[in-house]
Amino acid sequence: MLEPLAFLSPTLILLAVLMVLPIVLVIGYAFMDNVVTNPDPEFVGTKNLVEIATDPTFHIALRNTVVFTVVSVVAHMILGLTFAMLLNSKRISATSRTVLRAIYIMPWLFTVAVIAVLWRMLLAPSGVINYLLSTDVEWLADPKLALGTVTVINIWAGYPFFMVSLLAGLQGIPGDLYEAARVDGASPVQQFFHVTLPQLRQIIISLLLLDMIWTSAQQFALIWMTTGGGPLSSTEMLSTYTYKLAFDDYEFGLASASAVLVLAVSMVLAFFYVRHEKARES
Amino acid sequence: MTTTSATTTRVTTTKSPPRHLPARIFTWIGLLIGAAFAGLPVLWMLSSSFKSNREIFEFPPRLLTESFSFDSYLAILGDPSRLRFFTNSYVVAICVTILTLLVAIHAAYAFSRFAFRAKHPLKLLIISVQAVPPITVLIPYFGIIVGLQMYDTYPGLIFTYMLFTLPYAIIMMTSYMNSLPRELDEAVRVDGGSSMTALWRVLVPVSVPGIVSVGVYTFMIAWNEYLFALTLTSSESMRTVPIGLQLLMGQHSFQWNEIMAMSILGSIPVLALFLFFQRYFMSGLTSGAVKN
Repeated sequence: MLEPLAFLSPTLILLAVLMVLPIVLVIGYAFMDNVVTNPDPEFVGTKNLVEIATDPTFHIALRNTVVFTVVSVVAHMILGLTFAMLLNSKRISATSRTVLRAIYIMPWLFTVAVIAVLWRMLLAPSGVINYLLSTDVEWLADPKLALGTVTVINIWAGYPFFMVSLLAGLQGIPGDLYEAARVDGASPVQQFFHVTLPQLRQIIISLLLLDMIWTSAQQFALIWMTTGGGPLSSTEMLSTYTYKLAFDDYEFGLASASAVLVLAVSMVLAFFYVRHEKARES
Repeated sequence: MTTTSATTTRVTTTKSPPRHLPARIFTWIGLLIGAAFAGLPVLWMLSSSFKSNREIFEFPPRLLTESFSFDSYLAILGDPSRLRFFTNSYVVAICVTILTLLVAIHAAYAFSRFAFRAKHPLKLLIISVQAVPPITVLIPYFGIIVGLQMYDTYPGLIFTYMLFTLPYAIIMMTSYMNSLPRELDEAVRVDGGSSMTALWRVLVPVSVPGIVSVGVYTFMIAWNEYLFALTLTSSESMRTVPIGLQLLMGQHSFQWNEIMAMSILGSIPVLALFLFFQRYFMSGLTSGAVKN
């Protein structure tokens, strides 16, 4: 019985050093003051957690993260499904399908840093988007518009993953289900709601949960390189808020408390994801 | 699942009759709007990289430039300090990919071919690791990497990135090995060969498609990483492409043509890998993420 563990030993060592240890440490840090900077930190109990939980900026960051995540995930799903269905249409040739699929996947092949600088150029006050819309708007510098703008950028960057997965799902639906629906006189709309959606239900739930986990926790680079959380905290996210506490203000104790709260939220999402995947397997 | 008779499947039309013309037009309008949404920003990036900086913000904007030139590419490629960003990214991403594959192949073999008590808790642990937000581990990481004297070094970034690449690689690799018949490698062991021999002589050669798709995905994650590259390196000679892009934006007060040229150059490895291995990659991705 030692043999499988021998094969797993590099993984286990890496996970212990890279994952288990940091999580234990960050939870410890959350209850201490002057961590990292001071070799002899002081235990302060729940003081840091209370301070974070009552900080108005944390509330703004939390609200922004929720809005950004929910709108992104829903839009990813709708766009991904729409494009997947268009690509799956019988009315286009195989060649057109291949070419279009390659174009649709494109946003997903660029790193977030590239996406951030590209959109900063497109959205510049004298940029091409303002020209096309005949407007003169500071998309990323206006506190009223910035959150919506970064959300749209994130929607552009993230739908292809849904599209690819849902396309695979669509191709897995047996054709005779549609045949039977047509024989029963179902319209295309009815076919969509009574055949397509129920058949894709499990994949859709998996993707929604996965995307929620990713978007809520991993949007740092896009925000950091477009708005930096500003203007006036209007695009502050939990990740940028935590990062600034640690690496701008050197408040590692407070930053750890914030990181632990983010971890708690992610673990709740992960719990639902794992439970859903288990239910699917059985 | 609803059961239906499969007798009518043959009748399914392959050619659309003329009465479907409106639907066809409608489909194509949708497809073209989608293509514009996805493709135009990318096309604009490409076109801007060949323009002069003045022409980028010229009114009215033109997709095809009159002053087409490779100047911005030459400016990037001719500057050793900027080429260094690419070297760093290649070194880090290639090392991460090789190490991740080595570790993941062994782990996947254990999960796929052995029954042991800790199997399910360990699998669950690996799946949950994927959900840990990077920002959570960043702060202690900073301390650990400094403590190990790996701050601002290649090994610091390489080991760190394995945290993000390994869980996905193990899950994808296990599901790939599960799809291969056990008889393949069991035969070797029945003949007295060791598990190691069975894995490397038999299982690995037939797993090449799976290994390629895991490798491509791993490379992509490592090539694109931003947060840890930003925090765990400090000298300009250790920065990777994503951070280099940000530096370029700060230092040269918006030389947009050069920023776009660097974006294109920085995207080429991933685009090329995707182009060459699309077939493996797509099936690996969807089976790993969706079917588990």
